[in-house]
Amino acid sequence: MNEPIIRFEKVVKRFGELTVLDELDFEVAPGEKVTIIGPSGSGKSTVLRVLMTLERINAGVVYVDGEPLWHEPHQGTLKPASEAHLRKMRQKMGMVFQHFNLFPHMTVLRNLTEAPRYVLGLSPQEARQRAEELLELVGLSDKAEAFPSQLSGGQQQRVAIARALAMRPKIMLFDEPTSALDPELVGEVLRVIRSLAEEHELTMLLVTHEMDFARRISDRICFFDQGRILEQGPPEEIFSSPKEQRTREFLHAVLHPEE
Amino acid sequence: MLFGIEWDTSTSWAFAWSILPILLRGMVVTIQASLLGFFVALGLGLLLASLKGVPLKIIAWPAAFITEFLRDTPLLIQLFFLYYVLPDYGIVLPAFLTGALALGVQYSAYTAEVYRAGIQAVPRGQKEAARALNLSERLAFIHVILPQAVVRIVPAMGNYLVSIMKDVPVLSVVTVLEMLNVAKIIGDRTFNYLIPLTMVGALYLLLTLIASWGVRVLDTRLPKRGIPLK
Repeated sequence: MNEPIIRFEKVVKRFGELTVLDELDFEVAPGEKVTIIGPSGSGKSTVLRVLMTLERINAGVVYVDGEPLWHEPHQGTLKPASEAHLRKMRQKMGMVFQHFNLFPHMTVLRNLTEAPRYVLGLSPQEARQRAEELLELVGLSDKAEAFPSQLSGGQQQRVAIARALAMRPKIMLFDEPTSALDPELVGEVLRVIRSLAEEHELTMLLVTHEMDFARRISDRICFFDQGRILEQGPPEEIFSSPKEQRTREFLHAVLHPEE
Repeated sequence: MLFGIEWDTSTSWAFAWSILPILLRGMVVTIQASLLGFFVALGLGLLLASLKGVPLKIIAWPAAFITEFLRDTPLLIQLFFLYYVLPDYGIVLPAFLTGALALGVQYSAYTAEVYRAGIQAVPRGQKEAARALNLSERLAFIHVILPQAVVRIVPAMGNYLVSIMKDVPVLSVVTVLEMLNVAKIIGDRTFNYLIPLTMVGALYLLLTLIASWGVRVLDTRLPKRGIPLK
């Protein structure tokens, strides 16, 4: 395995009394597609939110692309990261949220050009061209001038994916991207994510309840339970012959909810 | 006679007509005090709202206390304090400025709350999305949060402008010659209160209707396409 692009070392995250990540060790190789599954409250989303610097950690170190994310080297030790460091590190990642979080007062095009223009310093023309290419990729070229509220949930999520890609991240984080969608709209979003999964360079970290989908696109499945990885491995192994009792119970409950 | 303008008491209509220019002088003062007070309230309210949002408790708590104090004490007390107590400490302001300042200070407690509520009504996911796109805090605020907050803030601020206008007569107790005070002086000197007071009421109605209409027009002009407003 290459030098991992993401590495969690004994990472602890607490919300008050509740320990959400419990000395978590976790690695992702460059270009790897990893799906995190597990019961709610197991810390799945927190892993993504810590990476996107939306949640601070209480202990441990997270490395992204060889550098500590929440720390900076300082006289041989690590000190808490400055905002400048966090901004440099954020550049490597893009995130897709459960509730899309598009900017409602901006057109689709402006949603896609805002950050490339003001963060990457692209010219309006360059940003526009990049946005148009990405809208074509997600099949929404005709919606550039629409406002998010005029789009279906599935369309909004595809715009949100394009918006994250416009920053050319090395790592894409998907936080339950289809959980807020009506069932008939899930497919169009999954198709876009799958086409991204075929990109060899892009590292993908996905939290989802779409088990069939996870099985098809993932290199590895991690089963989270109580803030740790209880079991991980290739999809066939996890889905066909899980070793742990908790994994079996969870998969059974998800795949056969009526029993 | 007031402001060098004589009144004509021959008939009621002549009287009304002759004191109208005097009352309009008072109305100008009322408008000036309202606007000055309003702008003080907008500025000071923003400051208080920002300070209350600071994570450091040593800053946030005093700001919260001041806001609460201003909101829960009568305007008249604050006005007397500024007018009678400040000169003891060498700060002597003209009555008009003192009055406008008192209005602004009192209403800053309300506008601070409007700012806070307007910004908090923007869903948390917006800030997170801005951060995930690596927008700076400043840019996220200006381009993402503020445009969505402003459409909630402006209508509420407009209501406070109208409230401030209606509170201006309080300034008459510190000798400011605003519209009501002018009407009262006319009444004192002519023993006719009915006509000047009725006219002040009508002029006030006109003033607040225009102000409300202005706020509505401003509100319809705000760019709010797509923003979900509950």
